[in-house]
Amino acid sequence: MKLESKVPEGPLADKWTKYRSTMNLVAPNNKRRIDVIVVGTGLAGASAAATLGELGYNVKAFTFHDSPRRAHSIAAQGGINAAKNYQNDGDSVYRLFYDTIKGGDYRSREANVHRLAEVSRNIIDQCAAQGVPFAREYGGLLANRSFGGVQVSRTFYARGQTGQQLLLGAYQALSRQISLGNVEMYNRHEMLDLVVVDGKARGIIARNLLTGKLERFAAHSVVLATGGYGNVFYLSTNAMGCNVTAAWKAVKKGALMANPCYTQIHPTCIPVSGDYQSKLTLMSESLRNDGRVWVPKKKEDAQAIQQGKKKGIDIPEQERDYYLERRYPAFGNLVPRDVASRAAKIACDEGKGVSPTGLAVFLDFASAIERYGKSAAHSAGIHNPDKAMITKLGEEVVAEKYGNLFEMYEKITGENPYKHPMKIYPAVHYTMGGLWVDYNLETNVPGLFALGEANFSDHGANRLGASALMQGLADGYFVLPYTIGQFLSNEIRTPKISTDLPEFAAAEKSTQDNLTKLIDIKGNQSVESFHRRLGKIVWEYCGMSRSAEGLKKGRQLIRDLRKEFWSDVFVPGTANEFNPELEKAMRVADFMELGEVMMLDALDREESCGGHFREEHKSPEGEAARNDEDYTYVAAWEWDEQDPKVHKEELIFENVELKTRSYK
Amino acid sequence: MKLTLKVWRQQNNASKGALESYQVEANEHMSFLEMLDVLNQSLVEEKKVPVAFEHDCREGICGSCNMVINGRPHGPNQGTTTCQLHMRYFKDGDTIVVEPWRAKAFPVIKDLVVDRSSLDRIIQSGGYISVNTGQAQDANAIAIEKDRAAHAFDAAACIGCGACVAACPNGSAMLFTAAKVVHLGTMPQGEVEESTRVQAMVNQMDEEGFGMCSNTGACEADCPKEISLTNIAEMNRAYLAASLGSQKKS
Repeated sequence: MKLESKVPEGPLADKWTKYRSTMNLVAPNNKRRIDVIVVGTGLAGASAAATLGELGYNVKAFTFHDSPRRAHSIAAQGGINAAKNYQNDGDSVYRLFYDTIKGGDYRSREANVHRLAEVSRNIIDQCAAQGVPFAREYGGLLANRSFGGVQVSRTFYARGQTGQQLLLGAYQALSRQISLGNVEMYNRHEMLDLVVVDGKARGIIARNLLTGKLERFAAHSVVLATGGYGNVFYLSTNAMGCNVTAAWKAVKKGALMANPCYTQIHPTCIPVSGDYQSKLTLMSESLRNDGRVWVPKKKEDAQAIQQGKKKGIDIPEQERDYYLERRYPAFGNLVPRDVASRAAKIACDEGKGVSPTGLAVFLDFASAIERYGKSAAHSAGIHNPDKAMITKLGEEVVAEKYGNLFEMYEKITGENPYKHPMKIYPAVHYTMGGLWVDYNLETNVPGLFALGEANFSDHGANRLGASALMQGLADGYFVLPYTIGQFLSNEIRTPKISTDLPEFAAAEKSTQDNLTKLIDIKGNQSVESFHRRLGKIVWEYCGMSRSAEGLKKGRQLIRDLRKEFWSDVFVPGTANEFNPELEKAMRVADFMELGEVMMLDALDREESCGGHFREEHKSPEGEAARNDEDYTYVAAWEWDEQDPKVHKEELIFENVELKTRSYK
Repeated sequence: MKLTLKVWRQQNNASKGALESYQVEANEHMSFLEMLDVLNQSLVEEKKVPVAFEHDCREGICGSCNMVINGRPHGPNQGTTTCQLHMRYFKDGDTIVVEPWRAKAFPVIKDLVVDRSSLDRIIQSGGYISVNTGQAQDANAIAIEKDRAAHAFDAAACIGCGACVAACPNGSAMLFTAAKVVHLGTMPQGEVEESTRVQAMVNQMDEEGFGMCSNTGACEADCPKEISLTNIAEMNRAYLAASLGSQKKS
């Protein structure tokens, strides 16, 4: 299979503008006769469904949630990047493009990333027009802050709830189209199969989660905006319902899964505290603007902390190792996520972790509190303030900036982060891999498109902070609504697709059989217990650090677990009712197959790049060692029960020179 | 810690529900939902049907989780969703009663799961700014006073969980509706449509079967995002202005 990226000709900066102006259009009278299915209503799905509705297409939108507003985009905290250069600090489209390519460790497609940087500016305009209450300066103009891996301030934000506000903007735009009748909304419907007719994506089988009934939906084209697969690890910052099922069903119908081994481990999450734990909570990267990461220099001190005999504040300044500032003086605590996560792992592997499990490092705000306190005292005209006064004033400033995050931390851990340094540890947060798409965001199955986290296209091997919101909205508002026309302009003579076609009947039957099979196993182990075990395997062998030996072992363990699952899982209830255990069982079954492909992909990639770190490939200083000679490609996997097969798309860099990524 | 749970079990909307008692062994670091996970795990091990409840992000932002715990929506802690409530706030030996949201406009689907789509329909009736993709001007073209943006944000922080409705003796959705009316009406971009918006949203709210507001303030007290009661006053003012045919805000 030859993978055609369909990147248009011409200079990088002109490609999108020229392409957009010359691509095929669908006339308004034809749009009315064309049906589009959009699965998923997060940032990418809601923005796409709303925009397609505005353009005049007949849209059917699906979410497994009770409302489109619940999608996990809502939990994004920190912000959204845009090359506005409002801060006059030298930002530009090119710089955002370059930072993203470099941050992704040179494993993304140049033309897609440049387009992303271009439309980033329109996104902020659009969201402001929708009434998103972005943070503002006293002059009334938009405020910005910094994120990891960059040296400009280009991140727009709405307190610590940027994702929420952007999603509500998209949800409201979608609601408007629903009320106008342009979008038909199907809540509590989960896509369980893709229907392909004559080689083209023509519909889906969805399960009505309230009644358990399978329903058929047909359209001229299907758009998947179904998010990432981080929950394959069981413990992650993803919501409990996040899953790979829709994307995976597409893979089983011939779509390719690209770079599945690229997963992002976020450095600042609240550490695991017990076996009962169901999910991990992120502490926004923005905290690294002011927090300093450290562990004790001496192992004895770390052990004393682990055993509860000492606390962080008992360790004197000269006995602390601010390892990020030491190792990466140019970026310090604001190195990209993959670098910060790995450094935390190394510190803990050396026995310097600071929680009972030994898997945590400190994120300390004492210096920031003192610095802000002194500055606030100075502004207030207080001369010779004592330490208590400085601390009080400093804490007030920190509370204003990060109050809600500090509160959340205290709610979860029961410890006051103003008085004691936070304890953090890396956790799975985002998946850069996803369905393979070309420049039009179309998968290798004609008529099937993938947006947002569900595709692989923009973040390479590592995503920079505040770029996920940008990509989701770029794809949904400003890319897909144009590029889908390339496909649909050839479909104007295609009559309405009928759900009576044999392909629909076959897909419905196989889905029904699968559900019945799961219910009929009547084994002895819960779905949850299998999911936990799967997560442990994937984290152990395909987590922050991977080796050939471990990956081979991991693959075998997953295959064994899968066998056990299909013979011993217990799913209570029936398939014809509201049955959350059955929903979960379907999702876990798909995660098991995906997990195996992740192991294979990580094994195939004999290099370290971004979030993918192979122990066999590191520099003498322990940094990731890329192999551009042999691995500058996208690995797109075709599913096969026995032996999944890889297809390769060479990445061509015409504008950026491939360099060793350095943040030192 | 050993707990006795009394949980509302109801097969579906047509059947009658009842409280059932369970013993659960929890620890104080668990979240309330993780404690329910433990209960469900043991039910599944006994081949029984687990308690259905809604939950997703478990970070207090998606608005999915919805339980009345010991008579209060989202439990005893102020400004805290069910998923962010931790067991350290309960004592060994406690009996905890867990019920679904109860309101006419939120029919029970199963156990603790209710249908809140009525809230979506209120938003669909006018809770948006009518701007198509691509129509926007530069984001900095309209300067907005910092305090004004902050005021809009405070209202926009609503997570749509419906606790305000569950807390209200009348089952009113005034706080939910007002939060959106105030968020959008405070932003200059949303001011233009304020009259039509507030009328449409209030009408829809009535149509869905939500009750009237009698200013008990229970909604504000149990709102996990501490949305202020003053939003209702602002909405009433906007509604009155719209009803009198004036396009101007007082």
